[in-house]
Amino acid sequence: MIAEFETPSDLVRAAQAAYHDGWRRMDCYTPYPVEEAAEAIGFHKDRVSLLTLTGGLMGLCAMFSLETWISTLAYPLNIGGRPTYSWPAFIVPAYEWTILFAGLSAAFGMIALNGLPSLYHPLFNAPNFRNGATDDKFFLCLEALDPKYDASGTRAYLESMGPNSVVEVEY
Amino acid sequence: MATKDIKPEDPRIDPKTGEFRVLAPGFTFKTVTAKIADIVLTPTTSLGWFALFSVGGAVATLVIVAVTWLFLKGTGIWAVSQPVGWGFAIINFVWWIGIGHAGTLISAILLLFKQQWRNSINRFAEAMTIFAVVCAGLFPLIHVGRPWLAYWLFPLPNTMNVWPQFRSPLLWDVFAVSTYATISIVFWYVGLIPDFGTMRDRAKTKFAAYIYGLLSLGWRGSVRHWVRYETASLLLAGLATPLVLSVHTVISFDFAVAVIPGWHTTIFPPYFVAGAVYSGFAMVLTLAIPLRKFYHLEALVTDRHMDNMGKVMLTTGLIVAYGYGMEVFMAWYSASHWEFFMMWNRMFGPMGWSYWVLILCNIAIPLTTLWVRKWRTNMTFMFVMSLIVNTGMWFERFVIVVTSLYRDFLPSSWGTYRATKWDYMTYFGTMGLFTALFLLFVRFLPMIPMNEIKMMLPSAKITAKAKPAVGAGD
Repeated sequence: MIAEFETPSDLVRAAQAAYHDGWRRMDCYTPYPVEEAAEAIGFHKDRVSLLTLTGGLMGLCAMFSLETWISTLAYPLNIGGRPTYSWPAFIVPAYEWTILFAGLSAAFGMIALNGLPSLYHPLFNAPNFRNGATDDKFFLCLEALDPKYDASGTRAYLESMGPNSVVEVEY
Repeated sequence: MATKDIKPEDPRIDPKTGEFRVLAPGFTFKTVTAKIADIVLTPTTSLGWFALFSVGGAVATLVIVAVTWLFLKGTGIWAVSQPVGWGFAIINFVWWIGIGHAGTLISAILLLFKQQWRNSINRFAEAMTIFAVVCAGLFPLIHVGRPWLAYWLFPLPNTMNVWPQFRSPLLWDVFAVSTYATISIVFWYVGLIPDFGTMRDRAKTKFAAYIYGLLSLGWRGSVRHWVRYETASLLLAGLATPLVLSVHTVISFDFAVAVIPGWHTTIFPPYFVAGAVYSGFAMVLTLAIPLRKFYHLEALVTDRHMDNMGKVMLTTGLIVAYGYGMEVFMAWYSASHWEFFMMWNRMFGPMGWSYWVLILCNIAIPLTTLWVRKWRTNMTFMFVMSLIVNTGMWFERFVIVVTSLYRDFLPSSWGTYRATKWDYMTYFGTMGLFTALFLLFVRFLPMIPMNEIKMMLPSAKITAKAKPAVGAGD
């Protein structure tokens, strides 16, 4: 069941109220990031940062050990009498790979945690969703999986919040 | 200063700050989408676009011809020889990479500093970065002489059992530039995902909706997604910032690690990075001024952007001027005969003209005029200035590479450097390639990030006392 709101403030207030009334299986859909709406539905922590850190450390270790292995064991070369394990020179590629792996982890981690790509979603069936959710309208979705859900009661509940419209979405 | 020339009732000025407005007033969410998306989704393409694209494409064929001939004959068709072993290839490589750096600066560093004015110019500056890196990457690849063996640069297991040598800055460059290209593309694509969603929902034809739908990965604007998206963008910005500084630092190591007078100095890393940003902002202006005129984007890319970019150019230009001054000072202060001769030869030798072109284009013209606000917001002036600075920055790399090399330690081995037509064809060809790629971008992708502009609108502000929701909280 989705309710369409005209302004982000209306959406945030509705989301806060629904969360306060015990709704949990819910989501908001907005054309640009509205942090307040995420807070309103109790979503604070995301694991993107952790993934990025892990990725960065993996890149660092991978490149530094690769360089060490190549330069000391696999293919030792005498470059102007420098030690084979000349670690200061290894910092630069290791640094670049830290950034490379961390960046790829951040981007692909974000996409994966969001469950994308998912080219189909039931909400796309709602008649007004695709005209507004990525343009200028703000949606609050209360899902049928929530124990508080019942078709007529939820509709009345959402309509009491002053939306433009309330639509039931098949899925 | 010129501040007194600005009238307080000027509609372009925000009365609160006294600065130019970042966006013209009067935009709503709907008009932002319409303005930006419809440039791309219109079925008609202007004749001007086709004309420019044909010119760009035609010039780009030069690079195909030149590179084909190069692969058949070898690098002997270029002017590189002894003593000038590094010529146009390295000059153009550094020039293009430097241009790209402004895109990353705008997308990453200004994001971290919460400079909201960056939002309007962010997308096409990033596109500029990627296309500049494409042009730059071509040069080392063809400069290796046997490009089909370029994979030797990477630590790949092979039957010869040889491995790369990790103490060389040239190998560091491989990692720096490949990481830079990858992260730039990823950052750009991540930024595009929500806008692809908007394009999908707005597309009038099934085909366009299908393509943009695929590219959007099914983005639907869930706030949970947005939170992760914002974290990822911020992290990517935080990673791209040290990356962009490291890339030009590593490029300057290519020179600074050598013992050649004129290269062997510690000022190179900061001076290269500042020069890169200087030329990059000049290129952003070269692209932004015609774009905003032809697509009527004056309300989104406002005088504020021009003013601020002028200021960034002024700042980085001053750093570059300090670098030039320090080079001259150190040539004298080092008391090294070779350093001193190199600097004298650079200024007054047979190629001294190139040094003075550089001083004229990078210091004398821009750093005297960019102080004036009225001129910084004069589009014709800024466009001409951007071309002058880009010329100057190309000559900077020419001076660093050629005038340090052509008269080395032993007078019997002195030589000169005269670029061949193949050098020029490759260089101008990459400009055509860049133009063609950029025009494709402008035609097929939203060139201004819609979601970031919407965040800046006054209607995006969450107000506590809008109409109260009935029944809330019971």
